[in-house]
Amino acid sequence: MWEWIIGGILVVIVLYVILAYNGLIRLRNEVDNSWAQIDVQLKRRFDLIPNLIETVKGYAKHEKELFTDITKARSQMTQAHTIGEKAKANNMLSDTLKSLFAVAENYPKLQANENFLQLQEELSGTENKIGYSRQHYNDVVMMFNNKLQVFPTNTIAGMFNFGKKDLFEAAETERKNVQVKF
Amino acid sequence: MAKSLFQEVRANKVKSVVIMLFFLVMISCLGVLAGAIYGDIYFGAILAIIISFIYLLIGYYSGDSMILSMSGAKEATKKEYPHLVNTVEGLAIAAGVPTPKAYVINDSARNAFATGRDPKHSSVTVTTGLLEVLNREELEGVIAHEMSHVKNYDIRFMLVCVIFVGIITLLSDFILRSFLWGGRGRSDRKDAGNLTLIFIVVGIVLAILAPLIGQLIHLAVSRRREFLADANGAVLTRYPQGLANALKKIAKDPDPLVDNANRATAHLFISTPFRKRKSFVTNLFSTHPPIEERIRRLEEM
Repeated sequence: MWEWIIGGILVVIVLYVILAYNGLIRLRNEVDNSWAQIDVQLKRRFDLIPNLIETVKGYAKHEKELFTDITKARSQMTQAHTIGEKAKANNMLSDTLKSLFAVAENYPKLQANENFLQLQEELSGTENKIGYSRQHYNDVVMMFNNKLQVFPTNTIAGMFNFGKKDLFEAAETERKNVQVKF
Repeated sequence: MAKSLFQEVRANKVKSVVIMLFFLVMISCLGVLAGAIYGDIYFGAILAIIISFIYLLIGYYSGDSMILSMSGAKEATKKEYPHLVNTVEGLAIAAGVPTPKAYVINDSARNAFATGRDPKHSSVTVTTGLLEVLNREELEGVIAHEMSHVKNYDIRFMLVCVIFVGIITLLSDFILRSFLWGGRGRSDRKDAGNLTLIFIVVGIVLAILAPLIGQLIHLAVSRRREFLADANGAVLTRYPQGLANALKKIAKDPDPLVDNANRATAHLFISTPFRKRKSFVTNLFSTHPPIEERIRRLEEM
């Protein structure tokens, strides 16, 4: 009689461990996948920038400082490897691009250039996508990290050495923007 | 109590299967009835099951493309509508679903809908009239609303409802026409009598079912479903005012009639695609919660 009860409890525990473990794996894969989504968008923007600089140069030759700033920020993207570094490089690039588009408003001919308008739409679309993919990534990371800390999944996470994931932080300026919106 | 997304998805999947089963049973019963009158129950039943099964399969797998072509929607290319395509792609990323195809209806009415059988096979459609009046944040709000329908499998349940309502409309039209044309001047009187009997019986059954079908449409566009999509959309954009402003513009639409919308597809749209008539009857059968109420709730978020 007793062996049946103990056996039953053991079976339940083993089943629970399997389920919780699979849940963690699934969530971790989702974190990795949503990180890949951010990377795709970052890469997309990275590729669009040389084209943009070429187009703007044709109309606004004097803004040399701005071009070097952008090129510098862009090259920092290639050196960034951890999530924190990438977030920082990305925010820098966003800021320089913002000032570029602000400066572009002083050049009416540039504003009328079809190629420029298309690039502007592409870049702001990509910028939005970076924001959305960051939002999704952070949501998933939060779910994952919660599971790592909450009982009883924390014991299973400890058993199998699941590590916490980093959030992709937004820039200070962007944060302020969001606050204004609400 | 609020349900989790997982529960929403499961509820929609279960409801879709229930409706499909209900549909099969109903058509089979009609087949048995027709068979009984004609003298061969098995033949009637088997024929009805085969036909309805094929209809269901076709409807389930290509119903969304039929809906799209029926409403005159054309796929939006990135070249022609970069703004729309970018927004759809962005919000698909935010929702963590595969990117639905973007479609455009060339119509001055301001409306939008999502359809498909699951997030992998889905599409979001916007009228050109709506595209023209919305700014970026408002369009994001509308697309986010549609994306929520995609994500929680509302689209599947709504598609199944369209299939169901579609066949009922077809059958009742067919029977009505048979009454108008049939009956007189047939040489084989006994056969013609049987046929009329079948039509009468089927007609009575349909008449009994009609209120049920009305109920079904209500289920498909229950206020809860639309409010939920509004709320989930706001979670995606983190900016409820965007959708609220878009709904205000939709409410002010001078000509909300979408040319190619019909009773079967009406409930897919974000707002009723028919002209407003403020009578008690239209309110009773309206397929959408009042837009003012939705705006109010969004602004309170």
